[in-house]
Amino acid sequence: MSSQPVLVADSVAKSFGPVQVLFGVDFNIIPGEVHALVGENGAGKSTLMKILAGYQPPSAGSIRVDGEPVHLSGSGPAEALGIVLIHQEFNLAEHLTVEENISLGREIRRGLFLDKPAMRNRARAALAELNCAVDPDARIRDLSVSERQMVEIAKAVSRSVRVLIMDEPTAVLTGAETEVLFRLIRRLTAQGVGVVYISHKLDEVKAIADRITVLRDGRRIGTHPAELLGHDDIAQLMVGRPMSDLFPTKQPPAPDAPVVLAVEGLSVPGWVRDASFQLRRGEILGFAGLVGAGRTELMEGLMGLRHRSAGTLRRDGQPLRVRTVADAAKAGIAYLTEDRKGKGLLVGKGLRPNLTLLALDRYGRVFIDERKEATALDRAIEEFDIRVKSPDALVGSLSGGNQQKLLLAKTMQVAPQILIVDEPTRGIDIGTKQQIYRFLHDLARRGTSIIVISSEMPEIIGLSHRVVVMRSGAVTGTLSGEDITEAEIVRYATGLKGMKGIPHDPVLHA
Amino acid sequence: MTQSSMPELARKPSAGFDLKLWGPFLALAGLIVLGTLVNPVFLSPANLANVLTRTAFTGIIAVGATFVITTGGIDLSVGSLAAFTAGVMIVVMNALVGPMGAGMGAGWPVVLVGMLAAVGLGLVAGLVNGLLVTKGRIEAFIVTLGTMGIFRSLVTYLADGGTLSLNSGMRAVYRPVYYGGLFGIPTPVLVFAAVALIGAVILYRTRFGRYCAAIGSNDEVARYSAIDVDRVRLLAFVLQGLCVAIAVILYVPRLGSASATTGVLWELEAIAAVIIGGTMLKGGHGRIWGTVVGAVMLTLIDNILNLTGAISVYLNGAIQGAIIIVAVLLQRGTASKR
Repeated sequence: MSSQPVLVADSVAKSFGPVQVLFGVDFNIIPGEVHALVGENGAGKSTLMKILAGYQPPSAGSIRVDGEPVHLSGSGPAEALGIVLIHQEFNLAEHLTVEENISLGREIRRGLFLDKPAMRNRARAALAELNCAVDPDARIRDLSVSERQMVEIAKAVSRSVRVLIMDEPTAVLTGAETEVLFRLIRRLTAQGVGVVYISHKLDEVKAIADRITVLRDGRRIGTHPAELLGHDDIAQLMVGRPMSDLFPTKQPPAPDAPVVLAVEGLSVPGWVRDASFQLRRGEILGFAGLVGAGRTELMEGLMGLRHRSAGTLRRDGQPLRVRTVADAAKAGIAYLTEDRKGKGLLVGKGLRPNLTLLALDRYGRVFIDERKEATALDRAIEEFDIRVKSPDALVGSLSGGNQQKLLLAKTMQVAPQILIVDEPTRGIDIGTKQQIYRFLHDLARRGTSIIVISSEMPEIIGLSHRVVVMRSGAVTGTLSGEDITEAEIVRYATGLKGMKGIPHDPVLHA
Repeated sequence: MTQSSMPELARKPSAGFDLKLWGPFLALAGLIVLGTLVNPVFLSPANLANVLTRTAFTGIIAVGATFVITTGGIDLSVGSLAAFTAGVMIVVMNALVGPMGAGMGAGWPVVLVGMLAAVGLGLVAGLVNGLLVTKGRIEAFIVTLGTMGIFRSLVTYLADGGTLSLNSGMRAVYRPVYYGGLFGIPTPVLVFAAVALIGAVILYRTRFGRYCAAIGSNDEVARYSAIDVDRVRLLAFVLQGLCVAIAVILYVPRLGSASATTGVLWELEAIAAVIIGGTMLKGGHGRIWGTVVGAVMLTLIDNILNLTGAISVYLNGAIQGAIIIVAVLLQRGTASKR
């Protein structure tokens, strides 16, 4: 890779008011390479990326394109130079079609009117180039997350992209979808596109990147060829300390530990059919499967958050009725949602009301005891290591990892004996992940039973004492002990194993 | 992560002056200074009592509206409901006077029955609005637009297109509820203060109040946090109905009549008071004392214009409108700076 870099950041610094978040960072992208950018939350990845894509000007240093210094004033000029940033939360108009989105802001006109055939051709050409089967007439809101991402990339391709910056592109993708994305990235790089790839998933970074740059606390720690860095090397560079055992050693409950929760034949219309499983005291039970396999819906059905058409619950052997989250809380069951900002936390409120919202009846009978709340917050901040500048900060201003820790603290306010966590470490850095794993491990050892839903294989394998695999709304297998391997889980999750009369077509999503 | 990590670092210290919180109070102080400069009579106890008494009706209704708006709802029917409730109250009392006679002995029990009727009607109307919104799954705007028309039409029908007048004997009995007072403070002002105080305690210090704000911020988060979202929404509408009833109980003895034009535009005045006070129309943040200040400001503008004569009283609406818009602009200005 000897060609000249297309995009260069030259000792770029950035300050917000008195706070400096980037310190003289050098970074460059060579045509045809995948350059991964890794670092913990708050390391400055997002800021660097926004500066590269013209969303923010650097406070010091310069950006050069093809060797020429440029001043990018907004994403428009950057895109004109072929530099496109794909956001983690996509930038698509939900109610418009794929075709309309691809041409959004660059509509082709004939006279006063839109030239629809020309725009359709452009959309088809871009989608065809990506080997992407998305219907140009489909509306974005009807597409899956991975299809939306394809559309974003097609949009970039139709703009003759030269540098594609992707922020956590696989955070919401399944393994199979990630493969498709990687094939697409390789096709783009073969055409000479430079790709900046930002991810927390070190496996992926290893798999796709040619070079890896590590940022820590706003400084560039190093840039290395990907083949020279192992997993642990990257993690160590990111955290600045050795990352021995991400997962604590498993301590499964005794085989005769009592069953605290038995779910029998639970169905959620359109999502889950006849699912059954048992959970023992002190057990960590993993739920694996592709996105859309119905794991979240099963748990939401269990919690009374979704309509159940069939199914019985037994708690410590006794029949249990759960019609609302409040019923579940009374039975000692709590659920941590995968949708942190949409369903978990009030981002416009402070930490205190968020912490106690689920268990507010424990803070005073008639009037809320604010002093007790404040004490609880102090305790939670310490116990869960929530890093916050001021206890009065709004939750929306916290980093993803700290929000997740607050959400966990909130869920623990009801002191559940059964804790269901759904994607507990999505989009957070490796140091925080380790803290959360340790917390769950300790909790189980003290007798709490835990259900972990995760799309991250290492997490399921590293934490779970047993693993339930789901596919198309049905439980296809349960693994334990030595059988908990990636290959085995994938077999059940994709239908190679455990398919007894389950149709291959996915269930209709109501 | 894309958006959250940097504002955390860039956020200015929270000790700064919160314009959104104190803005309405500053504006009120400004109006009082202006009023005093314009005419010294402004500060006289009689004038102030007059202003506050006239604020009481919409002010009490606005306290209820603060709850509905905090949950992310809206109630457009309060003005019509006030008129209808006033009409029903008068009809009930007049009907009772017939058999019981307007003798002094029968007076107070009749008033009490009338008050109970008003409270009952207010609660039922709030319940109907709330059930249509929660169980019927219809937008609050649409539901209360509908009931607004229904209540207005019903009072017109009751009055047969004209005016319902309270029996003159009853009027004499009932009169002190509006014109009387305690230690020189008019009854409506005392009741207004009590309603606001109770409202503030409920909104800020109880679970129900906290739940209202949570639902207005994000009803999904509320649902996932074991909150019975429908019940809280329903209760907010019932509370609004009760506030309307209380306002009507104070209003009827003032004129002793009700007609199709009673309470016209009160719903907009109440909503305006809530918004000026810093409660967000999209829900999630309620401010009872802001609402009180907002309601007082709206009456003050009218009062000051009356006292000056420099600007036509007919421009009152224009000034009120401008103040509403400025209040919202200020809210957005401070919100986007965060």
